[in-house]
Amino acid sequence: MKMKGAQILIECLKREGVDVIFGYPGGANLPIYDALYDAPLKHILVRHEQGAAHMADGYARATGRVGVCLATSGPGATNLVTGLATAFMDSIPVVAITGQVRSYLIGNDAFQEADVCGITRPITKHNFLVKDVNLLAQTIREAFYIAGTGKPGPVLVDIPVDISQAEIEFVWPEKVEIRGYKPERFMEGHRGQIDKAAKLMVEAKKPVIYVGGGAIMSQATEEVRELVDLIGAPITTTCMALGIYPEDKPCSLRMLGMHGAASTNYAVQYSDLLVNIGARFDDRVTGKVETFSPKSKKIHIDIDPASIGKSVQVDVPIVGDVKRVLKELIKEIKALKKKPDYKEWWDQIHEWQKKHPLSYSKNGAKLKPQYVLEVLSDLTKGEILMTTDVGQHQMWACQFYRWTRPRTYITSGGLGTMGYGLPAAIGAQFGRPKERVICLSGDGSFVMNIQELATAVDHKLPIKTIILNNFYLGMVRQWQEMFYKKRFSYSAIRPPDFAKVAEGFGARGVTIRKAEEVRPTLEKILKDKECWVVDCLCDEEEKVFPIIPPGKAIDEMIMDMA
Amino acid sequence: MSKHVLSVLVENKFGVLARISSLIAGRGFNIDSLAVGETEDPTASRMTIVFDGDEKTIEQVKKQLNRLIDIISIQDLTKEEHLESELILCKVSVTPKTQPELVEIAETLKGEVADVGTKTLTILLVGDQAKVKTLLELVKPYGIKEIVRTGRIALTRDNGGK
Repeated sequence: MKMKGAQILIECLKREGVDVIFGYPGGANLPIYDALYDAPLKHILVRHEQGAAHMADGYARATGRVGVCLATSGPGATNLVTGLATAFMDSIPVVAITGQVRSYLIGNDAFQEADVCGITRPITKHNFLVKDVNLLAQTIREAFYIAGTGKPGPVLVDIPVDISQAEIEFVWPEKVEIRGYKPERFMEGHRGQIDKAAKLMVEAKKPVIYVGGGAIMSQATEEVRELVDLIGAPITTTCMALGIYPEDKPCSLRMLGMHGAASTNYAVQYSDLLVNIGARFDDRVTGKVETFSPKSKKIHIDIDPASIGKSVQVDVPIVGDVKRVLKELIKEIKALKKKPDYKEWWDQIHEWQKKHPLSYSKNGAKLKPQYVLEVLSDLTKGEILMTTDVGQHQMWACQFYRWTRPRTYITSGGLGTMGYGLPAAIGAQFGRPKERVICLSGDGSFVMNIQELATAVDHKLPIKTIILNNFYLGMVRQWQEMFYKKRFSYSAIRPPDFAKVAEGFGARGVTIRKAEEVRPTLEKILKDKECWVVDCLCDEEEKVFPIIPPGKAIDEMIMDMA
Repeated sequence: MSKHVLSVLVENKFGVLARISSLIAGRGFNIDSLAVGETEDPTASRMTIVFDGDEKTIEQVKKQLNRLIDIISIQDLTKEEHLESELILCKVSVTPKTQPELVEIAETLKGEVADVGTKTLTILLVGDQAKVKTLLELVKPYGIKEIVRTGRIALTRDNGGK
């Protein structure tokens, strides 16, 4: 059957199993929108293309499937950039489709033209400019394959107007064969290395298992839990893997790094074996690299050879898919039939935990932001899916909410993108309609993509946004207070009346000023089916502790300002 | 620090060179030379990239390049027996008196005189790094006006089935 390029695109998306796409129309993607008009595919009209990219990303993180966004050429495409960079840094599978000016106009400075492939090259796993409609179906298949396999990431496909309009016989390419991309080569871990790792783990006296987003990506929750329970070793996670092991169980040391619990960072620093599972020794975890966990042997399991040995030298590198490697590792540990003995190590960790619990001062009349999270944790017991923006609230959520399930804390970990939370919540809600979705935000971040409240209201999404509002860019203020002699340069930011703004968008709004209002208000709105914005007016002086100061070792934390 | 020669087989598509150079530039790695051309298979090109860097840097460059979808394979020729060659055009000042001397240098090194004028003489030479270096040293006293080099190209040697 003869079809237009745009129809071929829609047909390919359907065959790839896409059930929803997030987009915004404009000149260069009008043929695609014309095809969408009567296509059996859900399209969500966003209010800004950045929102579309974050929604596709939030959808992908919540479901594990590839998220799809669609924008027009020029400004539409450049508005996707922050969203693509966000997905790229956290290895999230997203396919972005952009319209492009007619192929014979490319390079002519045509209206709404931008070199989108050039602009997005360093922030995508791969990108394509389709110059021949006969290659369109093949390209879409390759885009999905590349985005979702190996170390996942965003892929952009740029489609000129004339390609969308051209008519050809549609042929569905049955196979994807890319000679320069063979991710299956890196799936199985090296046998000998796995044996070595198993031996090190049962012989260690002071091990720590350190898990990152790669384990989530690889759907390895079950294996991570089995491994930890099998040997009884302490486990800590990055913010990308919160909930992969329930934080209410004794083996959990919760999050590590710049704002991790002191006891957790001590454990990492003084361990004799560090088992990195799908994490990347990010600078927010290692602090000063030269002094990071100096006495430990290091095992690193990662699907990406380039991630191994990038910043920290490892003793046992294992290139492979986390799930498959862990399966083998567990088998091997069982076969060794040696019960490891970590008792002394646990005694030491418990002592640290007792000495340096995660806490905050409850003095003063002002509402403490940490308290809001404690109440939320108590009311919901891990049965929510939370997205966040970036800053203090993001870290307090890691510290004061108890995470018990994977893919329930969705955050821009690598790029640290303010404005991510609300659109990501919308994407996540479409992906997991039965989950109670909470967007935790700050008064700075929320304004950055506040326009997507309109999208949420359009679709009657019951998303609850909780703003920890302290009238400041809180994390900037904290650094200025601690490291810049209290020179609060442009960090005070006058927030709008968020409750009123919410009402204006057709959502519901409420303002919380006192601690005693928190529980009843949250109880009420959590039961409600409507989209809510809860503006919590908090103590502006509250800071995230502990903190590893920039450039310091991870055992040089500042515990508080006293 | 030492020189490394990478032989990289890539898809012969638009944008591939940009991907490679932007990856390398974006990470602050320094390229010594880069030569590229079509291979026996017209859908593939071979690039010879010469880097200056320590082992760790080179390892990272190779891994990062391997991540690129359009790169088919990478060989580190530094670790293997290989042939390499470069073409150089070297324009030198000349006088009626020095002309025979320069012609002799070109002939001795198995190069050729590609152009000769009243004020300059251009030598074309194909050879390995040692030979190119010798040429440059020999003509230097006469006054080098301009030089252009292709950068090295390299292939593994037939090691007799070893």
